[in-house]
Amino acid sequence: MKEARDLVNEFLDSGHGACPGCAMPVILRHVFHILGKDTVAAITAGCFGTISGIWPNSPIKLAAYNTPFASAAAAASGIRASLDMQGKTQTQVLAVAGDGGTFDIGIQALSGAAERNDDFIYVCYDNEAYMNTGIQRSSATPWGAWTTTTPPANLKNQPKKDIVQIMAAHRIPYVATASIAFPEDFSRKINKAKSLRGFKFIYAFSPCPVGWRFPSEQTIRLARLAVQTKIFPLYEVENGERFILNVEPEGQPVGEYLKSQGRFAYLREGDLERIQENVDREWKRLMTRMT
Amino acid sequence: MKKLLTGNSAITYAVTMCRPQVISAYPITPQTTIVEDLSEVCSDGRLHAKFIRVESEHSAMACAAAACATGSRVFTATSSHGLAYMHEMLHWVSGSRLPVVMVNGNRALGAPWSIWCDHSDSLSQRDTGWIQLYCQSAQEALDTIIQAYRIAEELLLPVMILVDGFFLTHTSDTVDVPDQKAVDRFLPAYKARYKISADEPHTFNIMADTSLFISFKHEAQKAMEEAKKVAARVDREFKAHFGRGYGLLDKFRCQDAEVILFTMGTAASTAREVIGDYRQQGKKVGLCRLRMFRPSPVEEVTRLLGGVKKVAVLDRDNSLGAGGIVAQELKAALYGAARKPKIYEFIAGLGGKDITPETIREVIAKTLKQPNPGSHPVWMGVQA
Repeated sequence: MKEARDLVNEFLDSGHGACPGCAMPVILRHVFHILGKDTVAAITAGCFGTISGIWPNSPIKLAAYNTPFASAAAAASGIRASLDMQGKTQTQVLAVAGDGGTFDIGIQALSGAAERNDDFIYVCYDNEAYMNTGIQRSSATPWGAWTTTTPPANLKNQPKKDIVQIMAAHRIPYVATASIAFPEDFSRKINKAKSLRGFKFIYAFSPCPVGWRFPSEQTIRLARLAVQTKIFPLYEVENGERFILNVEPEGQPVGEYLKSQGRFAYLREGDLERIQENVDREWKRLMTRMT
Repeated sequence: MKKLLTGNSAITYAVTMCRPQVISAYPITPQTTIVEDLSEVCSDGRLHAKFIRVESEHSAMACAAAACATGSRVFTATSSHGLAYMHEMLHWVSGSRLPVVMVNGNRALGAPWSIWCDHSDSLSQRDTGWIQLYCQSAQEALDTIIQAYRIAEELLLPVMILVDGFFLTHTSDTVDVPDQKAVDRFLPAYKARYKISADEPHTFNIMADTSLFISFKHEAQKAMEEAKKVAARVDREFKAHFGRGYGLLDKFRCQDAEVILFTMGTAASTAREVIGDYRQQGKKVGLCRLRMFRPSPVEEVTRLLGGVKKVAVLDRDNSLGAGGIVAQELKAALYGAARKPKIYEFIAGLGGKDITPETIREVIAKTLKQPNPGSHPVWMGVQA
């Protein structure tokens, strides 16, 4: 893996409007770089749709099409079909959406395209809330987190939706979790998705300094901590059946991860232990699925 | 070649001959057989197109829009709740200036549930930036689809073809199905003027700031204004090729008429018979069927109705709290006319209630008899 500054084929240029320390442009910059010029992207509402320029200027150097919030996957299916009819079967089609566009409003179109096994790569950058509209809870928000719609007196009281299992249950060729704190693993997965035909789902962890309430230089550290604490396991699923763990976590306790973020500042006594228990239980459950 | 076809079959023939490359659609009564038949022709090779069996109407339109933006001729069809579910995407398609062509089988919107015809579904999409063409026969539906691609692709605006659910979609009629070669001559293979391509990367539909958004909308408005001329020209050219033309307004015995019945869709063919009866009695009654609802053909309407004493508007729809939508549009169109007719408003046929010859006879009788229209629309056939 080259240093990011050495990337020669940049397809996400400077001039985008992401907040300092946002993980999403780092994720997409690498995805775009690996997929290369012969790619068409469908972009939906959400942080990425909002930061990617104002007419006539675009920081995206790939061919890209903006589509309404619920329709990233449906638009990508249309682009794929249209390119195929023009004989451009080698062109990569990419759908990009946040957790809102993936877990919530876009899940119907996502499930539809996955069930049809349409040939494109869907990348979800998960910042664990509706960050573009200003930190409202999503079904990807973890238990116990503060958001503007889960205020201190009413913190998120449901666990995060398990989108990876949902997508794996579609028995699509490839589902993988990815973290920018593990760039070799990250790029291997994008390359693997690129080499396969059918529906590929990449689920990328995207720390958000503004929404999670942490200093912007801590993004990579938190991305790494999420993996090392088993909160965000790095694994892949082939054809919905073959589960492979890619990084064996150190198994650090969750305390440091939680205490580094203001969104968890309202946890009450015993909550930390509860979160730890939940993480351990989920990990154990995941390990039973490993091939 | 003449065939006995249902409206939906005629539509499938037309779409197949227009050679779309991508079709995405979701079934809904009464449009369903269009989806089934198109799926069939795409599967057996009669049409070389990708048929995408989407999971909803919202995705049907999102998928068709993106395929169109990527340079393919596309088609979809829907009805009623499906059209309402597409609402957001309808705006998106016209805003993106995509020449998408869609058929909507007119059906009431619930609640309560109804699968039967009225025009409230498409008329409540009147502000989405789509050209709307209302048909009265299977032949006209077939012909209008072929015309629609020419209109849409010249103007870069989407076209919605409206056919009355069941009355048109499911009844059989003799239809002259043109020769494929003749259709190819009239509608050449699609070549997109702008398209998403990795060879020439651009970002489509990026945010327009406050200084620019209004200009994009103004451009679309100018194209819409142009649509009246383009649709009329395409209709004339179609007539030269195939011997059939319809006009933006379909006029019947309007020449010396003092009273004109003004309506849309299949009710007009029922009305034709009644008008004939009135004429035999020496009453100067005519019929105007509005074929193009959007853009509003203000000039043609003013020219036709400006000198008429009375107009009876038969709306198969109602805007709660405001009245029939066609009547509202007609009144707006006539506001600037030097001479204005009196407008008698009637609401009929909601949720598939038959508009029979008797209904129309009564509408005309009331209009002839009453010196002035009432302050509210008259609802026909409402249970006391």
